[in-house]
Amino acid sequence: MNIIEQIDQEQIARLTADRKFPEFEPGDTVQVNVKVREGERSRVQAYEGVCIARAGGGINQSFTVRKISYGEGVERVFPLYSPIIDSIKIVRRGKVRRAKLYYLRDRRGKSARIAERVERAPKADK
Amino acid sequence: MRSGVIAQKVGMTRIFTEAGEHVPVTVLKLDQCQVVAHRTLDRNGYTALQVGSGSVKVKNVSRAQRGHFAVANVEPRRRLAEFRVEPDQLIPVGAEITADHFVAGQYVDVTGTSTGKGFAGGMKRWNFGGLRASHGVSISHRSIGGTGGRQDPGKVFKGKKMPGHMGAERVTTQNLRVVQTDVERGLILVEGAVPGVAGGWIMVRDAVKRALPKEAPVPGAFRERGAAAAEAVSEAPATDGQETT
Repeated sequence: MNIIEQIDQEQIARLTADRKFPEFEPGDTVQVNVKVREGERSRVQAYEGVCIARAGGGINQSFTVRKISYGEGVERVFPLYSPIIDSIKIVRRGKVRRAKLYYLRDRRGKSARIAERVERAPKADK
Repeated sequence: MRSGVIAQKVGMTRIFTEAGEHVPVTVLKLDQCQVVAHRTLDRNGYTALQVGSGSVKVKNVSRAQRGHFAVANVEPRRRLAEFRVEPDQLIPVGAEITADHFVAGQYVDVTGTSTGKGFAGGMKRWNFGGLRASHGVSISHRSIGGTGGRQDPGKVFKGKKMPGHMGAERVTTQNLRVVQTDVERGLILVEGAVPGVAGGWIMVRDAVKRALPKEAPVPGAFRERGAAAAEAVSEAPATDGQETT
């Protein structure tokens, strides 16, 4: 392993020591709890939307979350290992056939829906 | 004026801080950065340290160079450079400068050889605007256009910016902040970009335009000859040596 990778791995270990991120994919609806600093005090703000892309690798990994806020499409790109992310929660798993869901930008309402992915579990579910 | 070091550029990455920001950093590696010779006032007319870094096969070193390294009793080094220092701040010959020579938060100037771009046109080399994309321009969209003058002065002035060889020249970037240092692995992480390709040799010295922080070691942080072996036994860092050989 080269030095850059070593440094990145150490950082990933340090940044994920006290918080674990669930596995999520494009199409999943996620709630990202973001730390917001207001003057001196900081609070956690939730940002919920559809993950439409994951990009990069290693320490540079990021994901894009799209939501419709007051009728206006909003996209926010989060570096996965950014310390401003308090936690990530998967709200709903989506069934999609693309890695990048940029086509959602041109769609509104009914056509912008994503079918829910149901895990095919032959074993007894809880 | 403290000595500088010769480092090797490893590449770039990013560091996330506790405040939630991320800092783009260049990783520089100290590869056995050792003092090879002294330049003294009465012998050379100025005071400096000759520092060598990297290792090289002995068969690839000229006989004259081998003699020079033999005088200092150090292994042949791939890259040599001199750093001017104050007469009372000489580091003994054979000492290996360590990464804690620089402290986090201080500013450094880095010198390297920029990435070679070959023969570059005016747009790339001098940020010329080029010609228009349409309106009758044919083939010469990236040309430099006029070079000045008509019948009078009847020539192109000397020094006119034109296409030519770009890059692969000595470049110094001033005032880069040291983000962190790692003595074990000999790494210095500097904020921002450093000239040159990964694997290139970089000279790092204290910034001339910024005050040196008080906690920076003077004349420097180094491991004296043979101290590396002793350190492995006793774990006492020999970083306070003052006597010169």
